[in-house]
Amino acid sequence: MSTTADETKKVEAQLIPIYIMGKQYEVPESLTIMKAMEYSGYKYIRGCGCRGGVCGACSTVYRKAGDYKIYSGLACQTVVEPDMYLTQIPFYPALRATFNFEEMQGKPEEIFGLYPELFRCVACNLCTKICPMDVEVMDYIAALKRGDILAAREISFDCIQCGLCASRCMGELPQYHIAQIARRLAGAFLTPKAEHLKTMVANIDTGRYTEGLDSLKAMDLDMLKTTYSDREMEPAVAGDDWTPKENSNL
Amino acid sequence: MKISYYPGCTLKTRAKNLETSALAAMDALGLEVEELTRWNCCGAVFSLADDDLIHIVAPVRDLIRVKESGHDTVVTLCSMCYNTLARANELMKTDEVKRKTINDFMDEEPDYAGEVRVYHLLDFLRDEIGWDKLKEMVKKPLTDLKVAPYYGCTLLRPADVAIDKPDNPRILHDFLSALGAEVIDFPGALQCCGTYQILGNPEAALSASKDILADATGHGAEALALACPLCDYNLGHKQDIMMTKYDGLKEVPIYYFTQLLAVALGLSSDEVNRFDINRESAKQLLESKSLIA
Repeated sequence: MSTTADETKKVEAQLIPIYIMGKQYEVPESLTIMKAMEYSGYKYIRGCGCRGGVCGACSTVYRKAGDYKIYSGLACQTVVEPDMYLTQIPFYPALRATFNFEEMQGKPEEIFGLYPELFRCVACNLCTKICPMDVEVMDYIAALKRGDILAAREISFDCIQCGLCASRCMGELPQYHIAQIARRLAGAFLTPKAEHLKTMVANIDTGRYTEGLDSLKAMDLDMLKTTYSDREMEPAVAGDDWTPKENSNL
Repeated sequence: MKISYYPGCTLKTRAKNLETSALAAMDALGLEVEELTRWNCCGAVFSLADDDLIHIVAPVRDLIRVKESGHDTVVTLCSMCYNTLARANELMKTDEVKRKTINDFMDEEPDYAGEVRVYHLLDFLRDEIGWDKLKEMVKKPLTDLKVAPYYGCTLLRPADVAIDKPDNPRILHDFLSALGAEVIDFPGALQCCGTYQILGNPEAALSASKDILADATGHGAEALALACPLCDYNLGHKQDIMMTKYDGLKEVPIYYFTQLLAVALGLSSDEVNRFDINRESAKQLLESKSLIA
C-alpha cells in the first residue's frame, strides 16, 4: 500500500467516550481531563489555576464504568479513560478558624481550641483515599490528636489545599485548614530559626543595601539589562565551596 | 522477643509521666519494645451500640499496624487503650459477620481476624516475666511505702478482656508486692472514679473520686497506684477541688504503676519519672522514704 507524504503525517486521534456531569462526549484519548473538557466546549472561568499540578484548583472526582470505587485526580494532570464519569469539585466549603498569629505559642491545645471537631475523626480513612496528592490525611489528623504538630507538618507537606478530604469526611473536619495551621505553627515556633536570616534583616535595617538599591533604581533600562546579563553566575557544575568573586553585598 | 508498643494519645500529651517511666522501666527489664511507626487514636471508649461498627475501625486499624510491623504482640500502658484494643480484637476474632463488614469497609487494608495478642503492661509483666523474677530485678525495694492498688474499671471489665479475675483481682497487688511495697487492700479499689462524668456531671465524678480517696486513706494508704490517665485526672488532678469541697479529705499522692516500677528498678531521675506532672506530694513522699534522691 502506497501513501503520500501528506497522508503519513496525518494522525487520527482515537476518540473515547467520557461523561462530564452525566453527559457523554467523545474526546481524544490522549487529553487530560481539563483539556478534554475544553475540547468538549467547556470554558474555565474558575476551577483552573496553574495547569501544572500544584495549585489544587481543578480537583476532580470520577468513577469508572462497572467499578464502585470513587477516584480522584487533578483535571490538569489526569489523562482521560474510556467511560470515565467525572465532575469537578473546584471548591468545597470548610470552616477556616480565624486567630491572631501574634498571640499563638505553637501548642497543640491551640489547634484543639480552634478546631475541636478534630476529635470527631473515627479513622475511616476516606480522606486519605480521596487525596489526589496521596497525602496520608488520616495520619496527620491522628498525629495532631496526640499533639504532634511536627509530624502533622511533615505528613501534610504535599497538601495543595484542594479540599477533597473535607468533602469525604464523616466527622466533618476541615482537614486541609487544620494542616495549614499545623505547618504555620511548626514553622514559627517548633523548628530552628535561620540565624543568617536575622543577620540579613539586621543588615537591611542598618541601611547596608540602600546605596546599592538606589544605584539600581537610577539606572536606565539598557544599563539595567547589561548589569543583569553581565552578572557573575554560579556555573552549572559548581563545588559546594563555590562563592562569587564579588560578594560585598553578602 | 520484640513487641509493638501502642502509646495512645494521652501518653503523648497529658500523661507523659506514664510513658517515660514505662519506657525506661521496660528498657531496664530488657524488654525490646518498638512504638508503632503509624498509629491513630484507639477511640478511647469502646462503643457499646451493637451496630456501631465505624467506631471499631480505629482500634482494628492499629492492630493491623501491629501485624504489618511483623510483631504478634502489642503492649499498651493506658488502661482505656488496652480495653478498646482488646475488645476490638475479641470482636474481630469471634464475630464472623462483623469481621467481614469491617474488613470489607477497610478495603485498603489487609484483612484482619484478631491475630495479634493485646497485652496491658501489667499482665505482660505477670505472664512474660513473672513476679518472682521481677522481685529479683528490684534494686530499690519500696519498703514501708503503703500503697493502695486502684484498678478502676477498664482493666477488669468486661470479663472477656479482663487482665485478672474481675471481682477479685490480685495482679496490681502482686505487682506492688514484688516491688517491695506494703500493699493496702481497700474496697474502693474496684469502684469507678466517675470517668467522663467529670465533664458533664462533675459533682457525680468528684463525689465518686472522693469516696475512693477517703476509703484508701481510711485503710492506711499513703498513696494510690493506678494505670489509667482518666482515673489519674479525677483522683489526682482534681484533688485540690475535692479537698476544698469535702471536709477532712486527706491529700494522697497518685502514682502511675510504671513510676513505682521505675523507682524500684533504681531509675530515679526526673526525666524518667516526670513527677512534675503528678501532684507535688508524689515526689515528696518518695523523698521522705529515701526512695529517690
